[in-house]
Amino acid sequence: MKSPLLLAAAAGLALLASSACTAGTESAPGVPSAGSTPNREPVTITMWHGFSADSEVKAFEDALAGFRQKFPWITVNTTKAIQDDQIIQSVRGGNPPDVALSFTTDSVATFCKTGLFQNLEPYLAANKIDESIFPKVIAEYTKYDGKRCVMPMLADTYGLYYNKKLMKGAQPPKTLSELAALTKKLTVRDPDGTIKVAGFNPSAQMYENVPIHTGPMVGAKWTNPDGTSAIASDPAWKQLMTWQKDLVDWFGYDNLERFRKTFGDEFSADNPFMKGKVAMAIDGEWRNAMIAADAKDLDYGTAPLPVADDKPQLYGSGFIAGTVIGIPRGAKHAEAAWDLVKYLTTDTDALVTLSNALRNVPSTLPALQSPKLDKDANFQTFLDIFANPNSSTLPAHINSAFNQQTLQEAQNNWESGRAKDLDALLADVDKKINEKLKLTAGG
Amino acid sequence: MPVGGRHRNTLRALLYLSPWLIGFSVFFAYPLIATVYFSFQRYDLFTLEPVGLLNYRYFLQDEAAWASIRNTLWLVVVMVPARVLFGLGVAQLVTKLKSGVGVFRTIFYLPSLVPLVAGTLGFVFLLNPGTGPVPTLLSAIGIPSPDWFGDPAWSKPGLTLLALWSVGDLMVIFLAALLDVPKQLYEAAALDGAGPWQQFFRVTLPVIRPVLMFAAVTGVIQTLQYFTQAMVAARVASGSTDSAGSVFTPGYPAQSTLTFPEWLFHQGFRDFAMGYACVLALILFAVSMVFTLFLLRQFRGLGEEDA
Repeated sequence: MKSPLLLAAAAGLALLASSACTAGTESAPGVPSAGSTPNREPVTITMWHGFSADSEVKAFEDALAGFRQKFPWITVNTTKAIQDDQIIQSVRGGNPPDVALSFTTDSVATFCKTGLFQNLEPYLAANKIDESIFPKVIAEYTKYDGKRCVMPMLADTYGLYYNKKLMKGAQPPKTLSELAALTKKLTVRDPDGTIKVAGFNPSAQMYENVPIHTGPMVGAKWTNPDGTSAIASDPAWKQLMTWQKDLVDWFGYDNLERFRKTFGDEFSADNPFMKGKVAMAIDGEWRNAMIAADAKDLDYGTAPLPVADDKPQLYGSGFIAGTVIGIPRGAKHAEAAWDLVKYLTTDTDALVTLSNALRNVPSTLPALQSPKLDKDANFQTFLDIFANPNSSTLPAHINSAFNQQTLQEAQNNWESGRAKDLDALLADVDKKINEKLKLTAGG
Repeated sequence: MPVGGRHRNTLRALLYLSPWLIGFSVFFAYPLIATVYFSFQRYDLFTLEPVGLLNYRYFLQDEAAWASIRNTLWLVVVMVPARVLFGLGVAQLVTKLKSGVGVFRTIFYLPSLVPLVAGTLGFVFLLNPGTGPVPTLLSAIGIPSPDWFGDPAWSKPGLTLLALWSVGDLMVIFLAALLDVPKQLYEAAALDGAGPWQQFFRVTLPVIRPVLMFAAVTGVIQTLQYFTQAMVAARVASGSTDSAGSVFTPGYPAQSTLTFPEWLFHQGFRDFAMGYACVLALILFAVSMVFTLFLLRQFRGLGEEDA
């Protein structure tokens, strides 16, 4: 009695195990053409995106209206509030959308390496799309290993916001030493030492002060061409972290942390810059729209980020990243999907419509020049940062999130005083990043 | 029995066994075999590449994994006994109440019904050193408060406090057990001159021991899987929204709230290192098995004692 039972169980398990090993390895579709235009057969495509707020969804639908006018034979069914893991599961399950949009560039390397998103190079070639419409730096976060599997749809850039009233007539700082001096000058404390208003919160734990945004202030490099860490060997990180620590110590770490914890939610009307609790803050271009909606009376200005004193040529540049969009592997209507991707990423009117509604930076250089683009002096700062040839990004890396997490942890340990030796700390960051690279990519 | 009859019997037995066989194969044996298989692969959810013992070697030098093991053990050693003792204490108090038993039982039980995320959010807000009502109140009377979820030394005690607040589930079980202790045992003990403490240690504890053991077993298993509260508390305390352009540092502050299942999750589903996540899953499985076997043995010992 025992042996048939065991045999049946073993056969079942072997079958299951073999099916597990081949999960999600179906082949990619054939060579693409220029899109669905040649035959104009009615087709319905599905599109997943991450927009969820009513205003965002409406802006996106407005942009799609232009597409429907241009491509009347393509019906687009959209699904909102989608996260990356849902895209991944849909591809694994063999039922992906035709077009998918991701808010983060951290997964681009994995998207490309695994073939989760289709290689778009043949589409670009078939459509003779000139990639020079994008700033050069965009290729670094939309390509991996020379392969483009996503296109940029809108971009984010980061600059310095300053509260004109709290600045008391001072001009925005251009160098780190000017920023430190102004911070000390503008900080107001209660008689018991509690911080009432900070000129600037230098802590790496402050909302947008993460190293991907502050690194460009000193021209810091994340990785070497082979993907290994350049953090310990690039003196710029040490320069940045030493500057931050000096200023944190001036406030007193505990004091600054207690102050930080009085802040409201970053993306609400209680944001400390909008509430006048900090005179200067690093933030993305989208803060302009939030101020317009929730703090209409705030008298503020924007400027590029201050840069290292010994690298004045960096002034005017900043960090760039953005939303990416592509065609998942297994998409049923890849040709029509490409029409939509092409429209949303290269059509000037589409990008301008989206930019005007969402207040993100349009991701092509022609769209920046469009007379239809709404811009004032505060938004123009971010358009200039986007067009600046020295602006940089975090190049697509297979361990992008882990690398950022590792450096952020080191920064927290450093500024809090838990770590005493900066060289040893950064060497440890290198070690962790390089070991992880061996694990995930064999590097 | 003729050969045909034997085959029929085998088939019938298989048919009767099939629900268990299918369930066991699909939900236990296959995942376990697949996990072992993937632990020797570089697996990013789409492509497989054999890498021998690389994932296991990485584990030995992965500081975050070891930090998560230390944190999880801390929670097992401190949080589980604290919950058992506190739950028992509260249940004992409720049994001694002369009136309002129903009201107090409800008040103590209610927090355990609050969804984990909501409860944790509320707790971090209440204890926020900048704006939280608890530190504000304490400082008004001259008592300084720590930065509960921002200081590595206080974050795990903070989580323990949260676990004690929602001890209602254990309290209800203990309450039932305490009310089940035969009254005549207490009367006999009292006649023999036993005081309240002696009655508790000599009568109450031996009678409710199986329930205590149950609380310990489920507590240890739950704590080995501790995830939501640690993740939510760290996210809120760090101020990280994990939106585009920012990366959450799990275990904030300084990996002090990083639990083993949390690190496993991040390896598999954030870093796409599924092969390595399988190694971590196997370690968790092995540790859970050791605990379960140890506690089962204790149970068996109890059963024999009772017999």
